[in-house]
Formats: sequence, structure tokens, C-alpha cells
Amino acid sequence: MIGYRENFPLLRRVCADHPLQYFDNAATTPKPQVVIDAVIDYYNLHNANIHRGPNFLAEEATTLYEDARLKLAEFIGAKREEIIFTSSTTASINLVARSWGEVSLKKGDVVALSRAEHHANIVPWLQLKEKIGIVIKYIEINKDGSFNSESLDKIFAQPKLRLLAITLASNVLGKYYNLKPIIKRAQSLGVFSLVDAAQGIAHQPLNVKELGADFLVFSGHKLFAPAGVGVLYGRQELLEVMPPFLGGGAMIAEVLEQSYVPAELPDKFEAGTPNIEGAIALGAAVDFIKKIGWTEIVSREKMLSDYFLQKIKALDFVQVLGGKKDRLPLFSLVLKDLHPHDVADLLGERGIIVRAGHHCAQPLHDYFQVPATLRTSLSFYNSQAEIDYFINSLKEIKALLQS
Amino acid sequence: MDIYARNILDHYQRPRHRRKLSDADASFRELNRSCGDDMTVFVKMKGDIIKEISFEGNGCAISVATISILSEELVGKTKAELLAMDLPDLQELLGIHISTRRSKCALIGLRALQRAVTSLENKS
Repeated sequence: MIGYRENFPLLRRVCADHPLQYFDNAATTPKPQVVIDAVIDYYNLHNANIHRGPNFLAEEATTLYEDARLKLAEFIGAKREEIIFTSSTTASINLVARSWGEVSLKKGDVVALSRAEHHANIVPWLQLKEKIGIVIKYIEINKDGSFNSESLDKIFAQPKLRLLAITLASNVLGKYYNLKPIIKRAQSLGVFSLVDAAQGIAHQPLNVKELGADFLVFSGHKLFAPAGVGVLYGRQELLEVMPPFLGGGAMIAEVLEQSYVPAELPDKFEAGTPNIEGAIALGAAVDFIKKIGWTEIVSREKMLSDYFLQKIKALDFVQVLGGKKDRLPLFSLVLKDLHPHDVADLLGERGIIVRAGHHCAQPLHDYFQVPATLRTSLSFYNSQAEIDYFINSLKEIKALLQS
Repeated sequence: MDIYARNILDHYQRPRHRRKLSDADASFRELNRSCGDDMTVFVKMKGDIIKEISFEGNGCAISVATISILSEELVGKTKAELLAMDLPDLQELLGIHISTRRSKCALIGLRALQRAVTSLENKS
């Protein structure tokens, strides 16, 4: 089997005589050398602001930035005008809530979220509720993470349902949702959809046109790119009529003393100097994924998931949240009589990086009535040997804490 | 390994004064949603002096051990002494270095105690 660890300089770190073992990919992925090189090259060779300045550095930087946009458009099956670079998933959702939401929604309109949402796809809508009085409803989920069909029927029966804002994959349950039929159902009722692809994007190929989503958002840093860059995909017809969100340079065609004319898409939504090197590096990350190939990524992650679930079964003090079907290699573990922060700390001493807490999904933890979990989130470059080391470490830590 | 020193593990596995004080003068519940820690403390006073401390709730080894140690160490101290305490004092009591990421764990019990006695002040 080919190893992919050597692509990631971070994984050369050694902790407690053990090579760093990174099981926290759902928080942020490590960055491959090619992505880091893209950032370094931008500063060492170009370092120019984009869309201005008749010098060749500015032209190179602009070309690199716009090429990255084309790569992202191709990556998710969108048009270049439909790819807005933002600073994060959170920024993208806020943009939709403020620009589209404030104009298109009114008091009493229903926005439906799922119980599995990350806070990033809850709070902007709660803020809109405070501001204009929309109503927030939740699609309940089953124990395996799937949407409860009865609850879904109830949501779709809401006469004032205007928007479904739902996640593509749960950052706690690891469930990867088949959203196509739900979005189709929404479309048939004239209901808009926003898909939070932050967790799903790095694990399965995606085509926004096939999915049918009106908006789809994700971050670069969970996709092997740096933090501080994100993407908003919006259907062109919607983006065309939405008012600009932030005002400033780059988003205008013309500024007069008392008025302004916004720029065309996608510049209209990219006020100010963007994260140029971040966008370029995100383009490099997309190239990296393409080079490895989805077939390889999907099959390796399936193999790792199956192996992890099989190995963890042997530990009677561990319960895995969620089901077995359609899942990412992401496992939130409930540990009997062990606090996840203690375990995460001690795993860290063994060179294993994991996350503990509620993972920015309090409503979901409330539903499962667990205060906090230990989350291991793998990626295609992890290995079975790493899973073995993790399982053994977990056993040792239990013995230590309960000695 | 030093933060899971014998002393800490001992207090975590056999916490002192983990019970409700029915005749407490003050109590306070402190939650840390991001950790899942939930701690209620009970304080009994004699004038300005702390007479007894107990606690109920759940937390990690650091938070449970800290409140357990505090429930022993603070008896006989004054309200003012309790209110003046902060992270460095806990480091000293626990005899370990507490990293930034675990400081909330150590502080949850202390903050609950401080809020409990402050509420007492407001009442009187």
C-alpha cells in the first residue's frame, strides 16, 4: 500500500519517540508540501495585490488567483461567476444570511436546520431571527444520524418554509448525507437550500448542479489548504440579484459622491484585498486531491472506517456515536467513566492528536445526552497501524486513570 | 505525565467531600459547556471564616482533583483569601504546571466557590 504521510511536513514531527499521529482532520487537516509551496511562491515571487496595477507582478498574482477560482469551479461543477472566495465556511453562511436572507425572508418565514448542524450553521440564522423574526425549526435525526423522515415530513408541511440550511456531513456523527432527494423535494416546493459542505468536501466528490443546491459553502483549511480562505457557491441567478454584503474596494464598478455601482460577479462579493495566497493555495490543494484521485481517497477511507469500527468494538468502555452506513472516517467516542479531556491530553503525550468536547454542536450533544465526546477524525493518509496504536493507547490510558 | 501525578489521580479517584451540604450558607453551580463539566459547590461559613466545603458534579481529572483539594485546603481561610486566589495559587496547591488548555479545568471549582461566597455578600 502506498503511504501518503510523506506529503505532509507536519507528520515528520516526533512526539515521545513516536511519529506524530494526526487524528484531528475534522478540525483542520495538515497541509501538504505542495500547498505550503504555493504560499511561499506567492510571497517569494509575486507578492502583489490583484486586479490592479499595470505591473507584471500584479498580473501574475491576478492570474494565479483567478486560476484558483477556475480550479474550484471545476472541482464542484460550478461556473467561475458562482465561486466567491470568503474567509471561511462561517463567513460564507453569514454572507448568505445577511445578503440573501435579509432581503428574501420576512417575519414568520421558516428556516429549517438539521439537529446535526455545527454552530456555524445555527447562529447566523438565530441572529437573523433576532433581527427580522424568522422562525427556526430543526429536522430531528435518528440515532444513526440519518434524518428522521417523520420530522422531515413535518418540516416540509410548514407553509412558510423558505430555506433548508443543512449539513452535508455531521462533524460529530460522521454521517454523510444523501441530500439530493431532500433538495429535490425542497425545489418542488419552491424552497431554497444551503448546504454546509465544510465536513463533507474532503471525503467525496461533489457536483453542485447534480446536488441541486442553491448555495454551498466550505472552508479551505479542512481541505488541505490554509485557514482564512473559504468558498461560497451560489446559483448565478441568485447571486446576481443579491445585494453586496461588504462594501469597499474591488467590489465596485464605479463610485460617485452619493452612490456606487457594484461590480459584476464574482467581484461584487469580494470587497477589500482578499486572502490571495490562501485562494491560490486552495487551488493547489484541489490539484493535490485530483492527483491522488477520488477513487483512491474514497476506498482508503472506507477501509480505515471499517477497520476502526471493527477494532473499537473490542473495547467495552467505548461507545461510538452514529451508525455504520455512509460515514466519514470520523468517530465520536463516549468513554465510560473517563473524561474525554483527560484522555485527549494523555493521547497527546503519546503523539496522538484528537479532539475532545462538544465540537461546536451543542444541540446535537443535548439530543444524545452526552456532555462531551472524544473525537477521532481520520483522512485517507492515515493507516491501520495508526489505528492499532490508538486502540492500544486508549487501553493503557484507561488503566492509568482508573488505577 | 506530571499533570496526572499520583496526588491528582488520588483526588480524582477518591474525591474528598463529594456530597451535598444541606445546611450550606451558599452554593453555586458552574458549567463549562465546552468541556461538559458541571460542578455545584456548597460552602458553610462561620462569620468570615470558611468552615466547610463540599461539591457535586462531574468533570475531568484536573477539575475534580482541584475542587477536592480546595475542599480540604480552604477550610479555616477567610472569604477575602478565597476571593484573592487565582491560577498561580492553584498551580502551587496542585504542585503541577497547568497548561493554558487545561486552566479552565482547574479554575471551574475555584470560580464556583468565589461566586458562591460573593452571592453571600450580596445577600447580607
